[in-house]
Amino acid sequence: MMKSMKLCVRLFARARDIAGRDVIDVDVGEPITVSNLRRRLAAQYPALAALLERSALAIDKEFAEDDRIVSDGAEVALLPPVSGGSI
Amino acid sequence: MIHLTDRAIDYDALSEQVRRPDCGAIVLFLGTVRDLTSDRVTIALDYEAYPGMAEKKMREIEEETRKRWPVGDMVMVHRLGNLDVGDVSVAVAVSTPHRAQAFEACRHAIDRLKELVPIWKKENWADGSSEWIHPEKSGLQ
Repeated sequence: MMKSMKLCVRLFARARDIAGRDVIDVDVGEPITVSNLRRRLAAQYPALAALLERSALAIDKEFAEDDRIVSDGAEVALLPPVSGGSI
Repeated sequence: MIHLTDRAIDYDALSEQVRRPDCGAIVLFLGTVRDLTSDRVTIALDYEAYPGMAEKKMREIEEETRKRWPVGDMVMVHRLGNLDVGDVSVAVAVSTPHRAQAFEACRHAIDRLKELVPIWKKENWADGSSEWIHPEKSGLQ
């Protein structure tokens, strides 16, 4: 039987405005890498794809590298670029 | 010490908070809401943080700064919510034995904060439109 695993991704700023809510679900089946999660997110929410490309992903409140495995129950957040400000 | 607040930052209190006998220098940086970006007029800003992670990154920046400079004390505060032009949005106060260290440590802390801390701002323009600011080049990428 296909395992079921659903990740909740928190959204902020323009990403939340685009999606119209502050959390979205992604069906992933089993633990996957951050880069695969990015692909799933872009496929499931095409409106977010362009911003997602420029965004960081955080797992359990830490920036996550692309090869990191996202396990069931992890707190995932999509972090659009911060304003930074001109020096 | 770091914190996020929805209320006005009491910036006078911050330099007092870091003033101590073994430090001969205090540098206080205040970031304030500017009225113009290029030729566009700002009416107000909204700041939003990723709660928990924003504080975590700020604590890491404090630790990192303390490792590199002989910091006596330091405070970093960021305001969230709706701010008017001229309001203080962010403040960093650092005390060190000598002034060069205080300038360098304070500069480092505010630059890292702007680069790494998940806090976003929304410009509310004079023409009634608003937009989240997500520059092409950003530290979070």
